[in-house]
Amino acid sequence: MIGKLSLKNLAGKPGRTAAMVLLAMFLSFSIFAGSLTVLSLQQGLNGLEARLGADIIVVPYEATTKFDVKSMLLQGNPGYFYLNRSFADKVATRPGVEATSCQLYLASVSAGCCSVAVQLIGFDPESDFTILPWAQETYHGEIGFGDVLVGSDISVPTDGVLRFFDVDCRVVAQLAKTGSALDTAVYANMETIQALIEASQAKGLNQYNDISADEVVSSVLVRVAEGYDVESVKNDINLHVRKVVAVRASNMISTIADNLTGVSRLIGAFIAAIWVLSLVIMMIALTMLMNERRREFAILRVMGASRRKLAGLVMAESALTNLLGGAAGVALAALVVFPFSGVIEARLGLPFVLPGGGRVLALALGSLAACLAAGAAISAVCAARISRIDTSLILREGN
Amino acid sequence: MLRAEGISKNYYRKRDGSNVFTAVQPTDFELPEGQVTEITGRSGSGKSTLLNLLAGLLAPSTGKVWLDDADLYALPDGALSRLRNRRVGVIPQGQSGLHSLTVLENVLLPARLYGRGPVPEARARQLLERMGIADLADVRPGDLSGGEMRRMAIARALILEPSVVLADEPTGDLDDGNTAAVLELLRDTARQGAAVLLVTHEAGAARYADAVYRMDSGRLTRE
Ligand SMILES: Nc1ncnc2c1ncn2[C@@H]1O[C@H](COP(=O)(O)OP(=O)(O)O)[C@@H](O)[C@H]1O
Ligand SMILES: [Mg+2]
Repeated sequence: MIGKLSLKNLAGKPGRTAAMVLLAMFLSFSIFAGSLTVLSLQQGLNGLEARLGADIIVVPYEATTKFDVKSMLLQGNPGYFYLNRSFADKVATRPGVEATSCQLYLASVSAGCCSVAVQLIGFDPESDFTILPWAQETYHGEIGFGDVLVGSDISVPTDGVLRFFDVDCRVVAQLAKTGSALDTAVYANMETIQALIEASQAKGLNQYNDISADEVVSSVLVRVAEGYDVESVKNDINLHVRKVVAVRASNMISTIADNLTGVSRLIGAFIAAIWVLSLVIMMIALTMLMNERRREFAILRVMGASRRKLAGLVMAESALTNLLGGAAGVALAALVVFPFSGVIEARLGLPFVLPGGGRVLALALGSLAACLAAGAAISAVCAARISRIDTSLILREGN
Repeated sequence: MLRAEGISKNYYRKRDGSNVFTAVQPTDFELPEGQVTEITGRSGSGKSTLLNLLAGLLAPSTGKVWLDDADLYALPDGALSRLRNRRVGVIPQGQSGLHSLTVLENVLLPARLYGRGPVPEARARQLLERMGIADLADVRPGDLSGGEMRRMAIARALILEPSVVLADEPTGDLDDGNTAAVLELLRDTARQGAAVLLVTHEAGAARYADAVYRMDSGRLTRE
């Protein structure tokens, strides 16, 4: 009965109902959109961290002033400095170094496949421990000449062939999303990279001067053996291998982590502000509404509605508007965050990876629940107040 | 049926130096079943206050109100409310339509408040018929005149065939024809066994009453 009456009350005053629905919408929209963004940024950072896959990254000394991992990861602009392979071998012999893998960055190229320039990266499939684990459909085969692995943002043609400088490359696997410039990277073995360099020279583009993929590398990724302290291994490399600088991978992304903390705080403050404002307005609106409806409640009392029934009516009405507004807010947030995640990523300049469906659903339900709980708390205060009305006094007021 | 023992009501406010104002002087009072009991008196003499005391809507300063053997103000709110719903039909002063419901829904609301079974729609339509507003069943109270709304409130108070009817100036804004119809309906309700209290200014109402009381500055006397 209370349910039907509350529905009729809501339908009878569409303007009033819409205002209450809107307030609930602010609550659920802000918390869902905000937390989804923060979670996506967190995922992006975690992914990046995992994706670097190395404890230490060794780069040429000249690179340190210009090499910026953030710009490499987010703008795909690593800075092009090269280091003789012999240094990589030296790094590999240092105590505590369990494994090393070299990578060679080429200047980014525009390719027919992609709207943005892609980053060509050479790697050693035999020693690699940072790229192959991220192949989406685990790729077990060989990475032979002309085979490439591509980032998640590269659209692979149906025949699986990408052309760079007229060299056909066969896409053998696509990598999981990182929310960074690595998503537009193309990885090939050193032989293939060498062929690409030569092809570009043959075409007169001469993009890469005379570097030789057999002799130089851009970075050496190091995995530290168990039982060794990453910091000490880093210091040891810096002390004993000349012309290179070893950097802890976690330090390299610490600027990203710092930015993320800042952005998360900002979003948190934003959510808090919207909540405080919405809840205060909701409280004021409900109080005014209850005041305006005093006579209506007094009439219900005259007919024999108990105080509990009145409170139940108030609670049922706000539960309905909060449910409606809460669901609409969640839906709207999804409509904003999902299609515009690329824009958000570009705006914030931080890696952004949407969490999986299950987590999104849990977050949506959690946001809705938070909105319902807050709304219920507010209306409980008003319901308690309205249930204590002095019926005979209110009846007098009508005359 | 409905009995009051030594009930009185004091309001606390500034008046004549003293801040206690007695709206109803201590009195014993009874509404016998099958009878219409009328209370007349000047405006502000305490009639509505007494009616609210009897309805279980306003706790008395002293005394008790009994409905059969239930001490109304000793009951918890839930039980008192249910008792009022089932057994007491109150026609309050002033307008009392719920605007989100139609006239028919308004009249049926007391039956829906606790009941789960079918609602007495036939009785509702019959009461509306008797009140001359059957054609307004699907209209909302906002579109009714004051008199029409009042007659709706009367139909609503009688919908569950209450054993006590408390009517506070039920003919206040009615023309002569409708006044007679309402008074006759109350009279018939009493004939069917209800105890009816009629608070009114209406000079001709005494014809329908079995007993007439006068309220004078909170003092109730039988005429
Ligand atoms: N809640 C209240 N607080 C203070 N005074 C009240 C209150 N209710 C009624 N009164 C006073 O009690 C007196 C009786 O009021 P009421 O019972 O409404 O009279 P009647 O119905 O006979 O016109 C009036 O003087 C009125 O001002
Ligand atoms: Mg009165």
